[in-house]
Amino acid sequence: MEVPEAGVVFWILSVVIIVSGMLVVSLKNIFHCALALVVCLFAVAGIYLLLEAEFLAAAQVLIYVGAVAILIIFAVMLTTDLASGKITQTNENATIAFVACVMFAAVAMFLIKKTRVWDISPFGLSFDNVSAIGKYLMTEFMLPFEVVSVLLLAALIGAVVLARKERS
Amino acid sequence: MFPYLALSAVLFSIGLFGVLTRRNVIGILMSLELMFNAANINFVAFNRFVATDGLVGQMFAIFIVVVAAAEAVVGLSIVLLIYRNWRGIGTDNIHVMKW
Repeated sequence: MEVPEAGVVFWILSVVIIVSGMLVVSLKNIFHCALALVVCLFAVAGIYLLLEAEFLAAAQVLIYVGAVAILIIFAVMLTTDLASGKITQTNENATIAFVACVMFAAVAMFLIKKTRVWDISPFGLSFDNVSAIGKYLMTEFMLPFEVVSVLLLAALIGAVVLARKERS
Repeated sequence: MFPYLALSAVLFSIGLFGVLTRRNVIGILMSLELMFNAANINFVAFNRFVATDGLVGQMFAIFIVVVAAAEAVVGLSIVLLIYRNWRGIGTDNIHVMKW
Protein backbone atom coordinates (compact mmCIF):
# COMPACT_ATOMS: atom_id res chain seq x y z
CA MET A 1 0.00 0.00 0.00
CA GLU A 2 1.34 3.43 -0.81
CA VAL A 3 1.39 6.17 1.76
CA PRO A 4 -1.86 8.09 1.43
CA GLU A 5 -1.79 11.81 1.17
CA ALA A 6 -3.83 13.69 3.69
CA GLY A 7 -7.01 13.69 1.67
CA VAL A 8 -10.35 15.34 2.01
CA VAL A 9 -11.45 12.84 4.66
CA PHE A 10 -8.55 13.86 6.85
CA TRP A 11 -9.41 17.54 6.57
CA ILE A 12 -13.07 16.94 7.37
CA LEU A 13 -12.09 14.83 10.38
CA SER A 14 -9.58 17.35 11.66
CA VAL A 15 -12.05 20.20 11.34
CA VAL A 16 -14.55 18.11 13.32
CA ILE A 17 -11.91 17.29 15.95
CA ILE A 18 -10.73 20.85 16.40
CA VAL A 19 -14.20 22.42 16.46
CA SER A 20 -15.60 19.86 18.89
CA GLY A 21 -12.46 20.06 21.02
CA MET A 22 -12.92 23.81 21.28
CA LEU A 23 -16.54 23.25 22.24
CA VAL A 24 -15.39 20.82 24.95
CA VAL A 25 -13.23 23.44 26.57
CA SER A 26 -15.46 26.47 26.02
CA LEU A 27 -19.14 25.58 26.44
CA LYS A 28 -20.93 26.80 29.53
CA ASN A 29 -23.07 23.73 30.09
CA ILE A 30 -20.87 20.83 31.18
CA PHE A 31 -23.35 18.30 29.78
CA HIS A 32 -23.00 19.79 26.30
CA CYS A 33 -19.24 19.58 26.76
CA ALA A 34 -19.55 15.85 27.35
CA LEU A 35 -21.58 15.45 24.16
CA ALA A 36 -18.97 17.44 22.20
CA LEU A 37 -16.33 15.15 23.69
CA VAL A 38 -18.18 12.14 22.24
CA VAL A 39 -18.10 13.74 18.77
CA CYS A 40 -14.40 14.51 19.14
CA LEU A 41 -13.54 10.94 20.18
CA PHE A 42 -15.49 9.52 17.26
CA ALA A 43 -13.55 11.72 14.84
CA VAL A 44 -10.27 10.61 16.43
CA ALA A 45 -11.36 7.01 15.77
CA GLY A 46 -11.77 8.03 12.12
CA ILE A 47 -8.22 9.37 12.12
CA TYR A 48 -7.02 5.99 13.43
CA LEU A 49 -8.82 4.31 10.55
CA LEU A 50 -7.02 6.59 8.10
CA LEU A 51 -3.73 5.59 9.72
CA GLU A 52 -4.50 1.87 9.26
CA ALA A 53 -5.02 1.23 12.96
CA GLU A 54 -8.31 -0.62 12.67
CA PHE A 55 -8.15 -2.38 16.01
CA LEU A 56 -7.30 0.85 17.78
CA ALA A 57 -10.22 2.59 16.09
CA ALA A 58 -12.59 -0.10 17.29
CA ALA A 59 -11.09 0.00 20.77
CA GLN A 60 -11.43 3.78 20.77
CA VAL A 61 -15.13 3.57 19.97
CA LEU A 62 -15.70 0.79 22.51
CA ILE A 63 -13.64 2.16 25.39
CA TYR A 64 -13.85 5.92 24.97
CA VAL A 65 -17.23 6.48 23.34
CA GLY A 66 -18.84 3.45 24.95
CA ALA A 67 -17.38 3.53 28.42
CA VAL A 68 -15.49 6.68 29.37
CA ALA A 69 -17.95 9.11 27.80
CA ILE A 70 -20.90 7.35 29.44
CA LEU A 71 -19.04 7.43 32.73
CA ILE A 72 -18.40 11.16 32.36
CA ILE A 73 -22.03 11.82 31.47
CA PHE A 74 -23.12 9.84 34.54
CA ALA A 75 -20.76 11.83 36.72
CA VAL A 76 -22.10 15.08 35.25
CA MET A 77 -25.66 14.07 35.95
CA LEU A 78 -24.83 12.93 39.47
CA THR A 79 -22.94 16.03 40.48
CA THR A 80 -24.05 19.05 38.50
CA ASP A 81 -27.26 20.98 38.65
CA LEU A 82 -27.96 20.95 34.93
CA ALA A 83 -30.61 23.64 35.07
CA SER A 84 -28.13 26.21 36.31
CA GLY A 85 -26.06 26.51 33.19
CA LYS A 86 -25.39 30.12 33.96
CA ILE A 87 -22.46 29.69 36.33
CA THR A 88 -19.18 30.68 34.76
CA GLN A 89 -17.09 27.64 33.92
CA THR A 90 -13.73 29.24 33.35
CA ASN A 91 -11.51 30.91 35.88
CA GLU A 92 -9.84 34.29 35.73
CA ASN A 93 -6.76 32.92 33.95
CA ALA A 94 -8.62 32.34 30.69
CA THR A 95 -6.94 35.10 28.66
CA ILE A 96 -3.39 34.36 29.68
CA ALA A 97 -4.01 30.62 29.35
CA PHE A 98 -5.29 31.20 25.82
CA VAL A 99 -2.16 33.14 24.92
CA ALA A 100 0.04 30.45 26.44
CA CYS A 101 -1.74 27.65 24.57
CA VAL A 102 -1.57 29.48 21.23
CA MET A 103 2.13 30.03 21.79
CA PHE A 104 2.59 26.37 22.72
CA ALA A 105 0.82 25.27 19.54
CA ALA A 106 2.88 27.70 17.45
CA VAL A 107 6.17 26.48 18.92
CA ALA A 108 5.18 22.84 18.48
CA MET A 109 4.19 23.43 14.85
CA PHE A 110 7.40 25.32 14.19
CA LEU A 111 9.47 22.46 15.59
CA ILE A 112 7.51 19.83 13.66
CA LYS A 113 7.95 21.81 10.46
CA LYS A 114 11.63 22.34 11.12
CA THR A 115 12.49 18.73 11.92
CA ARG A 116 13.35 16.87 8.75
CA VAL A 117 15.23 13.88 10.11
CA TRP A 118 12.36 11.41 9.91
CA ASP A 119 12.71 9.19 6.90
CA ILE A 120 9.16 8.56 5.86
CA SER A 121 8.77 4.95 4.86
CA PRO A 122 7.45 4.63 1.31
CA PHE A 123 5.43 1.57 2.27
CA GLY A 124 2.46 1.32 4.53
CA LEU A 125 1.96 -1.20 7.25
CA SER A 126 1.95 -4.67 5.78
CA PHE A 127 0.29 -6.47 8.66
CA ASP A 128 -3.05 -7.97 9.31
CA ASN A 129 -3.75 -5.46 12.03
CA VAL A 130 -5.79 -7.44 14.54
CA SER A 131 -3.82 -10.67 14.38
CA ALA A 132 -0.52 -8.80 14.62
CA ILE A 133 -1.71 -6.99 17.72
CA GLY A 134 -2.84 -10.30 19.22
CA LYS A 135 0.62 -11.76 18.59
CA TYR A 136 2.27 -8.74 20.18
CA LEU A 137 0.05 -9.03 23.25
CA MET A 138 0.99 -12.67 23.70
CA THR A 139 4.71 -12.32 23.03
CA GLU A 140 6.58 -9.05 23.32
CA PHE A 141 4.01 -7.16 25.35
CA MET A 142 3.08 -10.04 27.66
CA LEU A 143 4.32 -8.33 30.82
CA PRO A 144 2.69 -4.92 30.18
CA PHE A 145 -0.50 -6.75 29.27
CA GLU A 146 -0.58 -8.55 32.62
CA VAL A 147 0.43 -5.42 34.52
CA VAL A 148 -2.31 -3.40 32.88
CA SER A 149 -4.89 -6.03 33.83
CA VAL A 150 -3.76 -5.74 37.45
CA LEU A 151 -4.02 -1.95 37.08
CA LEU A 152 -7.59 -2.24 35.83
CA LEU A 153 -8.48 -4.50 38.75
CA ALA A 154 -6.93 -2.00 41.15
CA ALA A 155 -8.87 0.85 39.53
CA LEU A 156 -12.10 -1.16 39.78
CA ILE A 157 -11.61 -1.90 43.47
CA GLY A 158 -10.41 1.63 44.15
CA ALA A 159 -13.48 3.15 42.50
CA VAL A 160 -15.81 0.90 44.48
CA VAL A 161 -14.07 1.72 47.75
CA LEU A 162 -14.04 5.46 47.03
CA ALA A 163 -17.62 5.82 45.82
CA ARG A 164 -19.18 3.53 48.44
CA LYS A 165 -21.35 5.23 51.01
CA GLU A 166 -19.78 4.87 54.41
CA ARG A 167 -21.97 3.33 57.04
CA SER A 168 -22.11 5.42 60.13
CA MET B 1 2.93 13.29 8.06
CA PHE B 2 2.97 16.96 8.96
CA PRO B 3 -0.85 17.40 8.97
CA TYR B 4 -1.27 14.59 11.49
CA LEU B 5 1.36 15.96 13.84
CA ALA B 6 -0.08 19.47 13.47
CA LEU B 7 -3.56 18.17 14.30
CA SER B 8 -2.10 16.44 17.35
CA ALA B 9 -0.35 19.63 18.50
CA VAL B 10 -3.52 21.69 18.10
CA LEU B 11 -5.64 19.13 19.95
CA PHE B 12 -3.08 18.98 22.76
CA SER B 13 -3.13 22.78 23.05
CA ILE B 14 -6.91 22.79 23.22
CA GLY B 15 -6.78 20.23 26.02
CA LEU B 16 -4.11 22.24 27.79
CA PHE B 17 -6.31 25.32 27.62
CA GLY B 18 -9.18 23.36 29.13
CA VAL B 19 -7.05 22.02 31.97
CA LEU B 20 -5.76 25.50 32.75
CA THR B 21 -9.09 27.31 32.69
CA ARG B 22 -11.88 24.98 33.79
CA ARG B 23 -13.50 25.54 37.16
CA ASN B 24 -15.26 22.20 37.04
CA VAL B 25 -13.29 19.05 37.90
CA ILE B 26 -15.20 17.00 35.33
CA GLY B 27 -14.29 19.61 32.72
CA ILE B 28 -10.64 19.18 33.63
CA LEU B 29 -10.96 15.40 33.24
CA MET B 30 -12.54 15.82 29.81
CA SER B 31 -9.70 18.12 28.73
CA LEU B 32 -7.26 15.47 29.93
CA GLU B 33 -8.95 12.96 27.66
CA LEU B 34 -8.39 15.35 24.75
CA MET B 35 -4.69 15.51 25.59
CA PHE B 36 -4.44 11.70 25.77
CA ASN B 37 -6.04 11.48 22.35
CA ALA B 38 -3.57 13.99 20.94
CA ALA B 39 -0.69 11.86 22.21
CA ASN B 40 -2.29 8.77 20.72
CA ILE B 41 -2.61 10.38 17.30
CA ASN B 42 1.11 11.11 17.48
CA PHE B 43 1.97 7.51 18.34
CA VAL B 44 -0.17 6.06 15.58
CA ALA B 45 1.05 8.57 12.99
CA PHE B 46 4.69 7.79 13.73
CA ASN B 47 3.87 4.09 13.60
CA ARG B 48 2.24 4.53 10.23
CA PHE B 49 4.80 6.75 8.57
CA VAL B 50 8.20 6.12 10.17
CA ALA B 51 8.37 2.87 12.16
CA THR B 52 6.43 0.70 9.77
CA ASP B 53 8.27 -2.53 10.59
CA GLY B 54 6.08 -3.20 13.60
CA LEU B 55 3.00 -2.13 15.46
CA VAL B 56 4.74 -0.89 18.60
CA GLY B 57 3.24 2.58 18.30
CA GLN B 58 -0.26 1.17 18.14
CA MET B 59 0.49 -1.05 21.13
CA PHE B 60 1.55 2.01 23.10
CA ALA B 61 -1.63 3.78 22.05
CA ILE B 62 -3.72 0.82 23.24
CA PHE B 63 -2.01 0.84 26.62
CA ILE B 64 -2.56 4.60 26.86
CA VAL B 65 -6.27 4.08 26.20
CA VAL B 66 -6.47 1.44 28.94
CA VAL B 67 -4.60 3.56 31.47
CA ALA B 68 -6.76 6.57 30.57
CA ALA B 69 -9.87 4.49 31.23
CA ALA B 70 -8.55 3.49 34.64
CA GLU B 71 -7.67 7.10 35.36
CA ALA B 72 -11.15 8.25 34.38
CA VAL B 73 -12.77 5.66 36.66
CA VAL B 74 -10.75 6.61 39.72
CA GLY B 75 -10.91 10.33 38.94
CA LEU B 76 -14.69 10.36 38.58
CA SER B 77 -15.19 8.38 41.79
CA ILE B 78 -13.02 10.96 43.55
CA VAL B 79 -15.22 13.64 41.98
CA LEU B 80 -18.31 11.92 43.40
CA LEU B 81 -16.66 11.80 46.80
CA ILE B 82 -15.78 15.49 46.64
CA TYR B 83 -19.35 16.31 45.65
CA ARG B 84 -20.68 14.28 48.58
CA ASN B 85 -18.46 16.11 51.04
CA TRP B 86 -18.60 19.68 49.70
CA ARG B 87 -21.86 19.79 47.70
CA GLY B 88 -19.98 21.13 44.71
CA ILE B 89 -17.17 20.17 42.38
CA GLY B 90 -15.70 23.55 41.52
CA THR B 91 -11.97 23.79 41.94
CA ASP B 92 -12.64 26.80 44.15
CA ASN B 93 -14.13 24.50 46.78
CA ILE B 94 -11.22 22.12 46.86
CA HIS B 95 -8.55 23.89 48.82
CA VAL B 96 -8.35 21.97 52.07
CA MET B 97 -5.05 20.45 51.05
CA LYS B 98 -3.62 23.93 50.61
CA TRP B 99 -2.18 25.41 53.81
